[in-house]
Amino acid sequence: MAEFLSLHDAVARYVEDGATVAMEGFTHLIPFAAGHEVIRQKKRDLTLVRMTPDLIYDQLIGAGCARKVIFSWGGNPGVGSLHRLRDAVEKGWPRKIEILEHSHAAMACAFEAGAAGLPLAVLRGYVGSELPNVNDQIKFIECPFTGERLAAVPAVRPDVSIVHAQKADRAGNVLVEGIVGVQKEAVLAARQSIVTVEEIVEDLTVESDYHPNTCIIPGWAIDAIAVAEKGALPSYAHGYYPRDNRFYKEWDAIARDRDAFTRWLDENVYKAGGEA
Amino acid sequence: MSIEYTSSEMMTVTAARALENGMTCFVGIGLPSEAANLARLTHAPDVVLIYESGTLQTKPEVLPLSIGDGELCESALTTVAVPEMFRYWLQGGKISVGFLGTAQIDRYANLNTTLIGDYHDPKVRLPGGGGAPEIATNAGEVFITLKHSKRALVKDVDFVTTLGFGRDGKGRDGVPNIGKGPTRVITDLCVMKPDPETKELTVVSLHPGVSREDVVEATGWEIRFAGELESTPEPSERELEVLRELKARTERQHAGD
Repeated sequence: MAEFLSLHDAVARYVEDGATVAMEGFTHLIPFAAGHEVIRQKKRDLTLVRMTPDLIYDQLIGAGCARKVIFSWGGNPGVGSLHRLRDAVEKGWPRKIEILEHSHAAMACAFEAGAAGLPLAVLRGYVGSELPNVNDQIKFIECPFTGERLAAVPAVRPDVSIVHAQKADRAGNVLVEGIVGVQKEAVLAARQSIVTVEEIVEDLTVESDYHPNTCIIPGWAIDAIAVAEKGALPSYAHGYYPRDNRFYKEWDAIARDRDAFTRWLDENVYKAGGEA
Repeated sequence: MSIEYTSSEMMTVTAARALENGMTCFVGIGLPSEAANLARLTHAPDVVLIYESGTLQTKPEVLPLSIGDGELCESALTTVAVPEMFRYWLQGGKISVGFLGTAQIDRYANLNTTLIGDYHDPKVRLPGGGGAPEIATNAGEVFITLKHSKRALVKDVDFVTTLGFGRDGKGRDGVPNIGKGPTRVITDLCVMKPDPETKELTVVSLHPGVSREDVVEATGWEIRFAGELESTPEPSERELEVLRELKARTERQHAGD
């Protein structure tokens, strides 16, 4: 049953050093506020799982939180590279990180398998790709019925998944709308989950914008809910605020330079926010 | 007719013309997205555009900066979860064309978006595969568009992120349940198609004002030319107008960001 906690307490309680953490949100609803709280609490040796690492993982990697990153597309969407990820991979700063690289289809299936309680996901994937040569977590199996060679990857089972959503109600039910990515799968695949929301309302099902088919994650499937207003910025929250494309472009220059990055981190993460 | 246009515009218009009404197109961001939307706004209003963020049948007014812009969702018929997108719609065989860009392509149309150099000690780390590895095999066919240069068009890619026809041209032979693979590559200089026998990319059409030497000079292998080499039709006034309006709208929208 979802418990309402402050962001500080939710992260302190559920994100342990060395944990496997998935912060999801496919371009939309990326849990930046929660990621910054993880940085402020100086969590270390995390295995970070995410289809598109985006700026949030660039910041976590640059801040030294990550030991390993499992991903399928590591760029600054629409802009270029993730320079902190590259610096860590190419030059080991601030520490060498291990990477495990998949395709989107495989990761999406792996989250789904995790949510379904299965040990692996099977897909018609990686045909002719050299990714299986560099990722020992990609295997091939034979279909027992047709004999077709299919790719298999282990299910993603994070210790904790963190997602951001538009709103929750008093019972802890969470509404996600717009581009829903793999957030629901990430929550259901995880041992424990934190959902940050823009706001809390009385009862989602009587809200004027309630539609019976929007993505709702029931409160009993979530561990902690924390309010984080504008918690997805610079990504966006459909119906609340647009994507700050300007910041995504500015990030390129900030992240290119270790000093500029460190200054940015000091001013915008360590000295900002973080109410207990 | 003779109006001024750039080689980039020539490329986008030619790429757009590859799409037809009735096609369902899984669209990559950047050049493919520009071409696909130009097609939708000109000769193929009913082409179905699908982006990997889950947006089905989307009709954005402006080009998205990223694959998951709100614009794509707001103008879509519906938006589905990412696992559903890849499992039902792509792997389920509902996509006729995958439209991709790339950092590197080789003579057998294999794509590299992973890295330059050695995997474990890269010179340049690129973003990675994303949706492309499965788009390229699970879509009925694949169109590829990129700017022509020796750095991008190499004899052998450093890493096969996404299958064209394999390092020997035989990568799809005997593999069941996958698409035809790359059927055309459109650059700012020419159009290439795989040779029906060897699968090696061959120039089939030169854009106006482009010579064979220009293409040879900008290609990292000994590029072959088809016996009957065509000349790519110039962009029409309408295509240029729509493309320029689309880009201006997009710029205005993103300038405010």
